[in-house]
Amino acid sequence: MPVGFLNRGNKATKAGFGEGLLEAGRANEKVVALGADITASVGVDLFATAFPRRFISLGIAEQNCAGVAAGLALSGKIPVFTTYAVFSALRTTDQVRISVCYNNLHVIIGGAHAGVSVGPDGATHQALEDIAVMRVMPNMTVLSPCDASQTRLAVKAAIGKCNGPVYLRFGREAMPDFTTGETGFEIGKAQLLKQGSDLTVIATGHMVWEALLAAEELEKQGIHARVLNIHTIKPLDVEMVVLAAMETGALVTAEEHQVAGGLGSAVAEAAARHCPVPIEFVGMNDSFGESGKPWELMEKFGMTASHITESCRLVLGRKR
Amino acid sequence: MAAELTTDSRRLALLAGSIRKSVVRSLSEAGSGHLGGSMSSADILACLYFSILRHEPLDPAWPERDRFILSIGHIAPVLYATLAEAGYFGKEELLTLRRVGSRLQGHPGRDHHLPGLELSAGSLGQGLSVAAGMAIAAKMDHSGYRIYCLNGDGELQEGSIWEAAMAASGHCLDNLTVIIDRNGLQIDGPTEKVMALEPLKNKWEAFGWNAIECDGHDFNSLLNAFNQAGMTTGRPSVIIAKTIMGKGIPSIEGDYHWHGRAPDKQQADEFIKEIVSL
Repeated sequence: MPVGFLNRGNKATKAGFGEGLLEAGRANEKVVALGADITASVGVDLFATAFPRRFISLGIAEQNCAGVAAGLALSGKIPVFTTYAVFSALRTTDQVRISVCYNNLHVIIGGAHAGVSVGPDGATHQALEDIAVMRVMPNMTVLSPCDASQTRLAVKAAIGKCNGPVYLRFGREAMPDFTTGETGFEIGKAQLLKQGSDLTVIATGHMVWEALLAAEELEKQGIHARVLNIHTIKPLDVEMVVLAAMETGALVTAEEHQVAGGLGSAVAEAAARHCPVPIEFVGMNDSFGESGKPWELMEKFGMTASHITESCRLVLGRKR
Repeated sequence: MAAELTTDSRRLALLAGSIRKSVVRSLSEAGSGHLGGSMSSADILACLYFSILRHEPLDPAWPERDRFILSIGHIAPVLYATLAEAGYFGKEELLTLRRVGSRLQGHPGRDHHLPGLELSAGSLGQGLSVAAGMAIAAKMDHSGYRIYCLNGDGELQEGSIWEAAMAASGHCLDNLTVIIDRNGLQIDGPTEKVMALEPLKNKWEAFGWNAIECDGHDFNSLLNAFNQAGMTTGRPSVIIAKTIMGKGIPSIEGDYHWHGRAPDKQQADEFIKEIVSL
């Protein structure tokens, strides 16, 4: 078990999303949920069952969903539109850009089934470009919580604490649930999960647990890796990233996403501007996914603890 | 407190004429913009803001107001001219259209805080979804306000329009009225040559809408259509308003080249003379 953290049992982040949405719905009657035909699959069934009059079924029409969400937000509701991230973030890009972001509306877009860990459905359903597209939209907040417990807090914060558009990505597969009440969740604040001085692993989503495993392995070899959980990719906690660059001199980013445009790029932008250091990027290397078991795919496409460890060794070799 | 409304078609014609002149002046001052569609929609806008909509120019955020969504964002000039005519802001501000920092953006932008704008829009095919969302919220809250959405006919080529149309009738949004500026033209030429829309009325009816055809330049015909829409329950209504691009300026009527052009100063003076002489 990684230093300081215990896997309480595998649980899908989408389950955390569903629980958090239900709690938010109980707390605020303005919260409404939009369904694009796959309600249970993306964790919205709890809300739909509890609040049938606040659940709006719109069918397989995601562009319309995004626009309807904008209309609801303009009318005093807090709409949560959730479907697979490939659809909620990519198919709807024009509507999200103009109807939601240009109007700066408090709309929460849930991006389910993010990453290759989606598994057997294959490439068409594995979102690996959504962070890149969503973070480049002005006014957008981009959240990527690391486990089910954090996802529950993230969706509540997105609904209760944000003022404008929010994109929240989460996964399908049951993964380690390890954050505690002490870990907490504050939008825009990176979480220091492990202190270290030789390098920093900056991870998001499912890759955070992998980062902790990698750091534990590195400790055995006398390498002290710092681990940061970036659950808010936008606005990025530039201060913590730059501090890590200054104090440890080398960075490795890790995400279940293309290495271009996502967390890695956001971190590189901050480091290049304030404190350029060697960076290695763990993620999807400019390719589509494919069918397979979730762990097979993480292994095949280079997104596991051992890939992070290898990148750490590489980046240490580049350190001046 | 709602603005004073009228059903007098002579008064409406005078208001529409004033709106048309304002559009010509603001476009020529800006040096760019969309004259053709602004002219074809002018009578519809006059009818809406001076006869149909319950609204309050001095209180643009009045919660019980009817909502008007301009889905064809590029005819913003005629919306701005109508809002100014109705008293939302001063007419002299119309001359700042498209200038950097202006509240009058080329396509409506709420981020510049012009009173009376319900939606920032400009990419065709999005406004109807937003209008449907507003109508759903109004139903949820048992609110009595209505939602009106103006679409272009070329805009109906966008698939997202039909997603919204399906959803609106699926959710029985009888508090939603769509108006189509059916001027039959788009950038590449006649709609029926570029990507045919007919039979248009049948399409809307097939999607479960109450479809009403009317003359978009005859106020009695328009008022009658709005009346019918207002009395329809259980499903949304669409008013297919037959219009002429450039209407009000006889020398450019029916000419699709004026879709996205603005008149120069000399043309503006000539066009204003044509509008006045009607």
